[in-house]
Amino acid sequence: MNIHEYQAKEILREYGVAVPDGGVCYNSASARDMAKRLGDGPWVVKAQIHAGGRGKGGGVKLAKTPNEVRDITREILGMTLVTHQTGPEGKLVRRVLVEKGCNIANELYVSLLVDRATARVTFMASTEGGMDIEEVAAKTPEKIILEPIDSLIGLAPFQARNIAFKLGLNGKLANQAVAMFIGLYKAFVGCDCSLLEINPLVVTAEGNLLALDAKFGFDDNALFRHPKISDLRDYDEEDHNEIEASQYDLSYISLSGNIGCLVNGAGLAMATMDIIKHFGGDPANFLDVGGGATIERVTEAFKIILSDSRVRGILVNIFGGIMKCDVIATGVIEAAKQVGIKVPLVVRLEGTNVERGKQLLSESGLNIVSADGMADAAQKIVKAVAG
Amino acid sequence: MSILVNKDTKVITQGITGATGLFHAQGARDYGTQMVGGVTPGKGGTVIDGFPVFDTVREAVAQTGANASVIYVAPPFAADAIMEAVDAGLDLVCCITEGIPVLDMVKVKQYMQGKKTRLVGPNCPGVITPGECKIGIMPGYIHKPGPVGVVSRSGTLTYEAVWQLSSLGIGQSTCVGIGGDPVNGTNFVDVLAMYEADPATEAVIMIGEIGGNAEDEAARFVRDHMTKPVAAFIAGKTAPPGKRMGHAGAIISGGKGTAVEKIATLKECGISVAETPADMANALLKIYKPR
Repeated sequence: MNIHEYQAKEILREYGVAVPDGGVCYNSASARDMAKRLGDGPWVVKAQIHAGGRGKGGGVKLAKTPNEVRDITREILGMTLVTHQTGPEGKLVRRVLVEKGCNIANELYVSLLVDRATARVTFMASTEGGMDIEEVAAKTPEKIILEPIDSLIGLAPFQARNIAFKLGLNGKLANQAVAMFIGLYKAFVGCDCSLLEINPLVVTAEGNLLALDAKFGFDDNALFRHPKISDLRDYDEEDHNEIEASQYDLSYISLSGNIGCLVNGAGLAMATMDIIKHFGGDPANFLDVGGGATIERVTEAFKIILSDSRVRGILVNIFGGIMKCDVIATGVIEAAKQVGIKVPLVVRLEGTNVERGKQLLSESGLNIVSADGMADAAQKIVKAVAG
Repeated sequence: MSILVNKDTKVITQGITGATGLFHAQGARDYGTQMVGGVTPGKGGTVIDGFPVFDTVREAVAQTGANASVIYVAPPFAADAIMEAVDAGLDLVCCITEGIPVLDMVKVKQYMQGKKTRLVGPNCPGVITPGECKIGIMPGYIHKPGPVGVVSRSGTLTYEAVWQLSSLGIGQSTCVGIGGDPVNGTNFVDVLAMYEADPATEAVIMIGEIGGNAEDEAARFVRDHMTKPVAAFIAGKTAPPGKRMGHAGAIISGGKGTAVEKIATLKECGISVAETPADMANALLKIYKPR
């Protein structure tokens, strides 16, 4: 799950991490009031959408007077912002963050993430702030500072000092950095993050450290113990079908093709997309019904696939382990009864209770093409959709 | 011979009184696995479908002589269940549970340091030595005893590979699902090293997916340390970047961990890579002739 920048900064404030003063606004008049409340200018108006590259897309602007804040906000709100992360259709801006500007003396980079190789939370830092960190890591790996963290101890002050000194921070700035880095670690663990990135972390001309931008990625598996974070979810930023799917614990991702896929297991679901493409087709979605799917969930999965008007055919590919083939078959039949399936349907079943599943389908009277193996299934659905 | 499990393995089920735990404990028993009991805190002393139930893993081990466990405990409590099994000194723990918070697994990994238990999973189908011992949720009937090891991050793709092999009359030594989570107990290299040392394994199919660099490390291990032929498939060639494709581990970030990159590395290291998921057994047969 992702959140907006202003929400990220509110969480950081709770953990004592210094961020610029500011707040979210939904209209131009309140943006002007916000600017006045924040004190002397200049101010920055930042479009709040779930995507990076907002500055280049024209979604971040500097204002010198409160009236300018108002005018810029009017301009940004309601615009469709296109960045390298939004796709060509862009995203509608519904809220802005109005912030006090600052005098930047130096830009740094810090982040926390779970390193798979060491199975530890790791603090990553670099003097190359404001840059794409993957690029820094690829071109100048010596500029990446890594500090693996003991999960029982947490980020120790000496580790935070090591990072600060390597970033060239001394004296009062080093002290500020230690407090901030430990605060960031506490926020990461306290919110069950998968990623917490501050880019850039700035040193101001006045000699203070400020988190100028903040990006949180949350571990979806841990949201059950963070109801407050779940509440920050902005449904406007998400695909309608993906929201529907998540309510039924289905893992669904909308894609651009016309072949709907219903598969069990993430690996098999990805492989099913791959083989559809291999035979010249184009998947409309990734959908993993998971291991413990009930008849109700399978029915809902079908409804979601069918609600996508681009879908010209559906491929069901099930290799039952924890998932039982008869449950899938009953779900297919139930969905067909409830919503009607008017597009070609190819079903490949194998695994737990396969005989029972096949029998249910063949007795159902539904127009189903059955397939043996993945290649056969993919070729049949590609042909059905083309013809 | 085989790796990890055989006919002598004695297994307890943690979470046996849940519907999933019981269903698969019965399935494993029907397959011929020595399923000696189960653990559900608070239900000790009862018997469910012939399985004695214990309150703690330690007690279950003392009473049954179990040396392995399989975990079907719900995600919020699964990390604790793993640590309990490790504390009881089991040789092998297979955690089937999907959806454990990553930071819970970070703690588990640290807890396990210096302990003898091997963890397989979480978020995995388990381990099977065909004809001897099935621990987990894989459908038993698709397997057949034989010389090929199958190791995979994906459960259902493991079944796919096994089914292709069995349909061609080629059996399996031991199949291991290492799970799709970013932090797990056993990685590809661990299993490949066991296959290399196992006299019953002649060849290996390895199934990876996008995200992380476990497949690259495995490829270099194959090149530097393995004499047995290895074929591979990488799922997610067509996955869009930045999206989590079901498995928390399957995210391509910043152009790293793509299928194309991984396939290139695998090929460079002398591994036969399947073009499509329907060709996994065929990719192996290009470099390996069963005796």
